[in-house]
Amino acid sequence: MKDEIKKVLILGSGALKIGEAGEFDYSGSQALKAIREEGIQTVLINPNIATVQTSEGVADTVYFLPVTPFFVEKVIAKERPDGILLAFGGQTALNCGVALYQSGVLEKYNVRVLGTPVQAIMDTEDRELFVKKLDEIQVKTIKSEAVENIADARRAAAELGYPVIIRAAYALGGLGSGFCDNEEELNVLAEKAFSFSPQVLVEKSLKGWKEVEYEVVRDRFDNCITVCNMENFDPLGIHTGESIVIAPSQTLSNTDYHKLRELAIRIIRHIGIVGECNVQYAYDPESEDYRVIEVNARLSRSSALASKATGYPLAFVAAKLGLGYGLFDLKNSVTKTTSAFFEPALDYVVCKIPRWDLGKFHGVDRELGSSMKSVGEVMAIGRTFEEAIQKGLRMIGQGMHGFVENKELVIPDIDKALREPTDRRIFVISKAFRAGYTIDQIHELTKIDRWFLQKLYNIINTANELEACSKIQEISDELMRRAKVQGFSDFQIARAIYKEKMEDAERASLQVRQDRKYRGITPVVKQIDTLAAEYPAQTNYLYLTYSGTENDVTYLGDHRSIVVLGSGAYRIGSSVEFDWCGVQALNTIRKEGWRSVMINYNPETVSTDYDMCDRLYFDELTFERVMDILELENPHGVIVSTGGQIPNNLAMRLDEQHVNILGTTAKSIDNAEDREKFSAMLDRIGVDQPRWKELSSMEDINEFVQEVGFPVLVRPSYVLSGAAMNVCSNQEELERFLRLAANVSKKHPVVVSQFIEHSKEVEMDAVADKGEIIMYAISEHIEFAGVHSGDATIQFPAQKLYVETVRRIKRISRQIAKELNISGPFNIQYLAKGNEIKVIECNLRASRSFPFVSKVLKINFIELATRIMLGLPVEKPHKNEFDLDYVGIKASQFSFNRLQKADPVLGVDMTSTGEVGCIGDDVSEAILKSMLSVGLRIPEKNILLSTGSAKQKVAMLDAARLLADKGYNLYATGGTHRFLQENGIPSTLVYWPSEEGMEPQALKMLHERKIDMVVNIPRDLSAGELTNGYKIRRAAIDLNIPLITNARLASAFIKAFCTLTMDDIQIKSWNEYK
Amino acid sequence: MQTDRIATLILDDGTTFRGYSFGYEKPVAGEVVFNTAMTGYPESLTDPSYAGQLMVLTYPLIGNYGVPPRTFQPNGLSTFMESEKIHAEAIIISDYSREYSHWNAQCSLGDWLKEEHIPGIYGIDTRALTKKLREHGVMMGRIEIEGMDNGELTMDNYGEVNYVDKVSCKDILVYSGEESHSFGIDTPAETLNSQLSILNCQLKKKVVLLDCGVKHNIIRSLLKRNLMVVRVPWNYDFNHLDYDGLFLSNGPGDPDTCDAAVQNIRKALAGDRPICGICMGNQLLAKAGGASIYKLKYGHRSHNQPVRMVGSEHCFITSQNHGYAVDSETLGADWEPLFINMNDGTNEGIRHKTKPFFSSQFHPEACSGPTDTDFMFDRFAKLL
Repeated sequence: MKDEIKKVLILGSGALKIGEAGEFDYSGSQALKAIREEGIQTVLINPNIATVQTSEGVADTVYFLPVTPFFVEKVIAKERPDGILLAFGGQTALNCGVALYQSGVLEKYNVRVLGTPVQAIMDTEDRELFVKKLDEIQVKTIKSEAVENIADARRAAAELGYPVIIRAAYALGGLGSGFCDNEEELNVLAEKAFSFSPQVLVEKSLKGWKEVEYEVVRDRFDNCITVCNMENFDPLGIHTGESIVIAPSQTLSNTDYHKLRELAIRIIRHIGIVGECNVQYAYDPESEDYRVIEVNARLSRSSALASKATGYPLAFVAAKLGLGYGLFDLKNSVTKTTSAFFEPALDYVVCKIPRWDLGKFHGVDRELGSSMKSVGEVMAIGRTFEEAIQKGLRMIGQGMHGFVENKELVIPDIDKALREPTDRRIFVISKAFRAGYTIDQIHELTKIDRWFLQKLYNIINTANELEACSKIQEISDELMRRAKVQGFSDFQIARAIYKEKMEDAERASLQVRQDRKYRGITPVVKQIDTLAAEYPAQTNYLYLTYSGTENDVTYLGDHRSIVVLGSGAYRIGSSVEFDWCGVQALNTIRKEGWRSVMINYNPETVSTDYDMCDRLYFDELTFERVMDILELENPHGVIVSTGGQIPNNLAMRLDEQHVNILGTTAKSIDNAEDREKFSAMLDRIGVDQPRWKELSSMEDINEFVQEVGFPVLVRPSYVLSGAAMNVCSNQEELERFLRLAANVSKKHPVVVSQFIEHSKEVEMDAVADKGEIIMYAISEHIEFAGVHSGDATIQFPAQKLYVETVRRIKRISRQIAKELNISGPFNIQYLAKGNEIKVIECNLRASRSFPFVSKVLKINFIELATRIMLGLPVEKPHKNEFDLDYVGIKASQFSFNRLQKADPVLGVDMTSTGEVGCIGDDVSEAILKSMLSVGLRIPEKNILLSTGSAKQKVAMLDAARLLADKGYNLYATGGTHRFLQENGIPSTLVYWPSEEGMEPQALKMLHERKIDMVVNIPRDLSAGELTNGYKIRRAAIDLNIPLITNARLASAFIKAFCTLTMDDIQIKSWNEYK
Repeated sequence: MQTDRIATLILDDGTTFRGYSFGYEKPVAGEVVFNTAMTGYPESLTDPSYAGQLMVLTYPLIGNYGVPPRTFQPNGLSTFMESEKIHAEAIIISDYSREYSHWNAQCSLGDWLKEEHIPGIYGIDTRALTKKLREHGVMMGRIEIEGMDNGELTMDNYGEVNYVDKVSCKDILVYSGEESHSFGIDTPAETLNSQLSILNCQLKKKVVLLDCGVKHNIIRSLLKRNLMVVRVPWNYDFNHLDYDGLFLSNGPGDPDTCDAAVQNIRKALAGDRPICGICMGNQLLAKAGGASIYKLKYGHRSHNQPVRMVGSEHCFITSQNHGYAVDSETLGADWEPLFINMNDGTNEGIRHKTKPFFSSQFHPEACSGPTDTDFMFDRFAKLL
């Protein structure tokens, strides 16, 4: 078969969103590698410009276009591929592929679906077909009823008996699903679910059962293997993406394990998968009873995790099987000698922990359930469960040091907090143990298997023993070793002995480190070799553990390696873009003849693919672990500037230990990071900045505000609840925010800055060598300042800046680069109003927009920066942004639909989960492509407008007129309606939710699906939670109606779709923009 | 807290590994072998093929789900185990779960070991130990417990001991469904044959099972196919019995110590009644057919051994536990390899070119391990 295929189309998953994140960059990249090495041409459609798969040299042709049937068909018509791969771009690609199959497009263009046939995909996606299919082979499923209206949903639930679970068919990872204990709850959830899908499933809930998954592979010769099984720490009821997951399973006996394995193979054979799929089970903790929850006929988050957990490259193998290979044709890519037809044997345990960022959202529901809310995850490897979970809890990077020795959590009702899990559940368990709860009590409240609780209790016991000591010397060797074997960090040990008296945590931790090294208690390095050491493997996939006496690798000590620190868990503000940066750094290091070493722990990334570097340490990015590795590795130097803020924050401490930090010095990094120092430097070189002050009393704050005037930006150093930053427009807002959100005191001061309204925000991404700028890119936000730069829509090259503004920005950037003697990547953010330029922030590291500007400009900024950091000569590229005949737009992807109750409004704190970058011949074309790529649709007919304050109404006027001229029906709330009337634009008055009894009601129109798009601009920047606006915005999100909340972005989008139609959009590949 | 005694594993080459005792405290010696399976310690410990061996588990977390009840079915077969008792000499692991959690668990692994007088050590870098065994090949080793008189342990060379004789049944045991009956080995053939036909009122097919240390799941697998099983000691001459098929079981040690069995099997090869063998059974069948056996450097002990059916595209994941292998090159002209190992190309089964004789080196009965090759029993039953 592979001989007949010359060209293959692969669909990506688009922007990162909750439920579909970096794992698909990893699986897509692997698939592309597998296919390209066969000499087959590859075409990739993915608007996610920050991914590794859309980089030079990964696919032959890349289209930064939406992954929708409309665009994919056009690309097929143009490229005429022989085959298409649907399994590597998540649910987005799968749904798109099914639609293309059903509409006959694939047949029309004679495109063969490689791997699992579409019929098999449909058998797994459509619940009724799925149940029928599994009934045929006597495999038990969770019986559910598919209903098409609310009345039937109510009847089905009554028949099954509450509690029931509601799911929308064909939805991304549990979107629009949830548990209902009674009919009231069902009514609410069912309506929401129907907004996502015409078909909704009602089924009996099996809360409290174990949740177990198997990753299964099958070739076209019917050979099957299960590569990995995984067990959820949290029982059924919590979405697997929200659950702590352990691989391999821990509480299953041999009978349990192989019963489910045998079923998984029976299922995959019967459905007819060719490639990879996962089977999820509910498993009775009191018998061998089971139910199949679902089968995903594609690569998934779990398969990425399984690949990293075992070293078995599932996506790579699945792609080869799609081309027609048998598993027996392929080699185990770790040992290179044994067969790919085998099942990995692990000699370690891995623990996945989700990362949530719920604190960033106003009003969000923190309770975990059957719908996914986490934005990233970590994977920790250890040779005891205690070690793995404590590592993992540090890796999630939310200020926790492990299972114990953390900042005290305030939990008013522990019983309730155990029963109703939130993102902090694991720490509630820790607290409960300390409060005297027994394993059985916690088990009763959480249904977490006792085995996990027993292991956690071991950690508590060890903590108690440590706490009984008050000096390091009092800790016995045996206790010290046991603590390390159980994953205690030096910090935790220090905190346990010194308790509140510990003043200098860094010094105390260092003392512990020295002491245990003196006792010879140090970690060893072990390989992940897929076969538990049964066969020799030259693998470079490594982790550290204290359960061992011998390193698996030998160290040359030739100082010819370079360590790159990765970016850790994806989170809001740091995601796939830093993975791209890390991978580019690794590539450059290798190309220049050094050995590349990566430290990272994010299973969703390409940088943690063991063939991306010469050595991969899948381990923590804490000071302690990084030092452990550096002491073994003895590298030439360390790169801290391509992994975002986590490595950047380590610079000073590493420097103190005389680690060679390549590029910009740690001192310069500190000078830019430290607000006081940076500000003083700007003053010294005569560069303007918005006025700010660190203040610790209300009187001082008032005094400062009197000087600079409202609005002001307030950043508390200690956040009580809600978002960390806020803009306050008047005295009342200021006082309310400080009272509710921040506790102002000497110990917890706030930073108050002047906030300049209606100001443009401009980004300078650049690379410098010894203080001289070698390459730069200036881009401009479409939104005015006030929208976080990570949420803003960015145009590059800048389209509407004065030449004088650009000149000043370049001049200031040069001054700063020189003053900080920058060698490497950096980013400066500017405010521009008129020709007045102010610096708001400067980061001496790669920024979020590096892959975007690099790919639009087609100059790899990280490669340049890495060469500089390696001390190699670089030439200033001749090309610059002013030569471009096209424009790139980077737009943000929001996941508000996953975050129940959160206000979908943009502010100074970042809330987007991903981004796309599209290229167009002009701004409108690029805007249209990018907005369609983040899920907006061109409205058909009816648009609801509420355009905020007077200034914003004016800003929206032209756009409103365009809409009216284009024949759209405008519906407007009171003030907006009046304003449009005054300006001669026809609109229909609709009423706010608070205007009860008046018709037509805006909310009702939304629920009746009479509105195709909502533009709702909040009146001011401190959004109250229960306002009219919130209700409209939230309804738009819950009902899946396109929503825009910013006047300038709305205007740009409206202009784009009023002047261009879908068919005007150019189907041009990245190569065609020259 | 730490009250466990220090226990040390000393390999024949002098390497020592220090850990803690969690089982019965006594010094012990044996051949040190590693197993990479991630589940199934109760099944492995009771597998008679581990007689004389110190079992190292590479999966570090052991004891998690405790030990199931040591109950027996009415026919005398263990409900959850593979024999009546632990056969391994000791178990060597990294991290021991003192506490366990499973609905079917009756006690902890440590308590079971203590009861059956079997030592266990935890806290060992089992990966380093495994690499050692892999590089050097399997070695003899001994476990010493701190503070005990460890004396001078006499270590027999593993290959010279007839372990099969130690673990094989002593009487003739007849299984049919839920029932079982026992006969002395000196029962005259005629009496035995008539007894068998009386017991076989349902007219089931009769299978003679040559017990070299049979795992109970082999018997269960045969019974499940509605067969009558006549389990005979390893050196019993079954050729005078009335039977429909012959099944050769797994077993411990060097097949070269089992010449009596080979002679008896060779007689059966003259006939046409179906013969099937597993593991040791594969080796004995091969020897009876004229092939020779050699010792592998460190054997195959795991749940993830890939085998391919020769001349086909059918591959299977198998459970294995063997230290010796059939030399395919020495197979007689009437024989051919049936399966080969996809990792190292060693023989995984043979078949006769014309007669219904076939066998596998792997364990189709699983327990512990994958169940993919259960069809071997179906094929055998169908031939009868």
